[in-house]
Amino acid sequence: MSKKGNLLLSLILAVSMILTACGSNNGGGNTPSTPTETSNSNTEGEGKTEAEQTNLTLWTFVQQHADFYLYMADEWNQANPDKPIKLVTENIPYDEMHTRLLIALQTKEGAPDLVDIEQSKFPNFMKGEVQLVELNDVVEPELSNIVKSRVDIYSQDGKYYGVDLHVGATVMFYNKEIMDQAGVNPDDIKLWSDVEKYGKIVVEKTGKPFITFEGAGNWSWWPAINQLESDQVSVDGKVMLDDERNIRAMTFFKKLVDEGIAAIAPGAGHDTPEYKAYMNAEGAASVFMPFWFMNRFTDEMPDLKGKIIIKPMPAWDEGGNRSAGMGGTGLSITNQTKHLELAKEFLAYSKLSKEGNIQVWKQLGMDPIRTEVWTDPAMSEPNKFTEYFGNDIFDTLLEVKDEIYPVNIREISPQVFDSVRNEIIPRIFQFGEDPETVIKEEADKLRKSLP
Amino acid sequence: MHQKKSRFRIGNSQLIAPYIFVAPFILSFIIFFSYPLFQAILMSFQSVLPDQVTFIGLDNFKKLNNPSFYKALYNNFRYTIYTVIVLIPIPLILAVFLNSKMMRLKNMFRSALFLPALTSVAVAGIIFKLVFSELDGALMNTFIQWLGFDSQKWLYYPGLSMFALVVIATWRWIGINILYFLSALQNIPKELYEAADIDGAGLFSKFYKITVPLLKPITIYVLTITIYGGFAMFTESYMLWGSRGSPQDIGLTMVGYIYQQGFQYFDLGFGSAIGLVLLVITLGVSMIQLKFMGLFGKED
Repeated sequence: MSKKGNLLLSLILAVSMILTACGSNNGGGNTPSTPTETSNSNTEGEGKTEAEQTNLTLWTFVQQHADFYLYMADEWNQANPDKPIKLVTENIPYDEMHTRLLIALQTKEGAPDLVDIEQSKFPNFMKGEVQLVELNDVVEPELSNIVKSRVDIYSQDGKYYGVDLHVGATVMFYNKEIMDQAGVNPDDIKLWSDVEKYGKIVVEKTGKPFITFEGAGNWSWWPAINQLESDQVSVDGKVMLDDERNIRAMTFFKKLVDEGIAAIAPGAGHDTPEYKAYMNAEGAASVFMPFWFMNRFTDEMPDLKGKIIIKPMPAWDEGGNRSAGMGGTGLSITNQTKHLELAKEFLAYSKLSKEGNIQVWKQLGMDPIRTEVWTDPAMSEPNKFTEYFGNDIFDTLLEVKDEIYPVNIREISPQVFDSVRNEIIPRIFQFGEDPETVIKEEADKLRKSLP
Repeated sequence: MHQKKSRFRIGNSQLIAPYIFVAPFILSFIIFFSYPLFQAILMSFQSVLPDQVTFIGLDNFKKLNNPSFYKALYNNFRYTIYTVIVLIPIPLILAVFLNSKMMRLKNMFRSALFLPALTSVAVAGIIFKLVFSELDGALMNTFIQWLGFDSQKWLYYPGLSMFALVVIATWRWIGINILYFLSALQNIPKELYEAADIDGAGLFSKFYKITVPLLKPITIYVLTITIYGGFAMFTESYMLWGSRGSPQDIGLTMVGYIYQQGFQYFDLGFGSAIGLVLLVITLGVSMIQLKFMGLFGKED
């Protein structure tokens, strides 16, 4: 090989290595497997040695969650100097974390003390002998103070196994500028039928679709049928995709798409880079997504700052529900923990206490499950969310507080959700098939294949 | 003194030494291959749940009779056939060019074509996802618009997404296959070509009568690994559609199906059963191909 060739090759290699290094951070923005510990700075008392601290390990798949737990651990140590903990969090990518946890629980080795389990993965951990610890003694006393459906998701046979971080109340995000341009007041849109009426005006005046739906995801159909107090899986764990109400909602959505009032989100989902680029460039006038979608706006759609307002969802019928609790992650304790009591106390402190719930908003910008804190003065302190969406965020939430119907997550949920995302929604929205036929077909197919 | 001598003798013993030398391989084979294989066979007859492992006979294999499994099998077959069609002739011709004396900038092309093999598939996956994005501004759509076609939703239609998968496979494996062919080409004695020149053979007849036949052993090897790679494909599909699967299973592969059933639906027993069936299929296809290529014939 000539010298020139060598030089060229090494140059190309060097460039590719740099590119590879840059790229590896793109996978959801997670830095995989980076254990982080609580700072020891707060162990002020000289007499305290590290030996007295109890080690607790925690797995999560979101760095922000890890940061939140570390913050709460420091707070705990200050409030409970007699039983300090040393929290070690490990941030592992979503799929890998859940897979690793399954294997650790199956083989009875290597599981952490505490673990964040995502809602749609939870049914897997309810199979066989449950390897998670029952949390009834810490959850039950708080049931009247929290949105109960957010612990019901993580329960089986009356036993609670996890506590959610947030409510995930679904709200409408309107682009005020586009609405003003069309001369439509978002407050006039009270029912889904109004969406058709006013949506048409928006499309005519601005040439932009009024709303977008997910083309291969569940964040459009599911909240809409939840408003109708229906679901995709029934309370007793059976397929109920083809319920009348579900077909009603989907048929109406399909009509909106056919009329050009609604568009299918670019990238086929709302949490995709394609959609965010489209929305950031004022692609559509509105979208409805759970509360946690707020940080996608602040972080990934910066050009819309000051233009987006949050309102309740339109109801299906007069007096109907105007929100739905969607998505979520439950914190659980595995039966491999050696410090059960302390782990439970810490879980209750960070997820159920007032202090913890205020921090859920302050640190993560999510709607806490403890409803009393929604009116707490701490919630109206300025932060990046109030700067972006205005100061009345929790007013909207309080309005719909009692209109959030629980969702059913059961053993067959992973299969049913996959069928919705990969069969039903694409067939209707991407290939234009008839909603009723598709939904009935897929429901039958699932009934046949599931035990 | 005496001990040292006997140890020396054992190490030198013609009886024991060979076993010591092969021990690392045998041990790693037993621990990492035989044991898991045995375990997988066992698990394929079980329902495997925490603290509830029960034998369920052939139930897992009965479950294989479902549309998703056939879809995965069909996808794998198609993908394997396409990759074989693309990944044997093209690297072979490119290798001949790269081996030619007349070729300019040979080293640059060699490194450029080999580079994909060194790039992380995760990174490449993200890039290809953007290349095949449905947006008008995406690379593939820009290209076909330039040719006068409309933008396509590449990752929603079976034909288009198979094309995307084959493009990724070509990009990823072409350099490695070129490397195999290049090394084989350099082993062909130059005298053969010189003799052919004297006989007045043309460029093409030299290629067909000398190059191709003499490359046969390496071609069989490349074919075998390409077939194996086709049936074992997972990463490319996972990168394009992620863990949530593809619309209407257009990107579902056998290994993807194992992953879905085993880890996403937590049915490890069924996952093992699919794995065993995959093993039988790949073994069968490889045997047929090797037989077809005459590799079981007596060595002369």
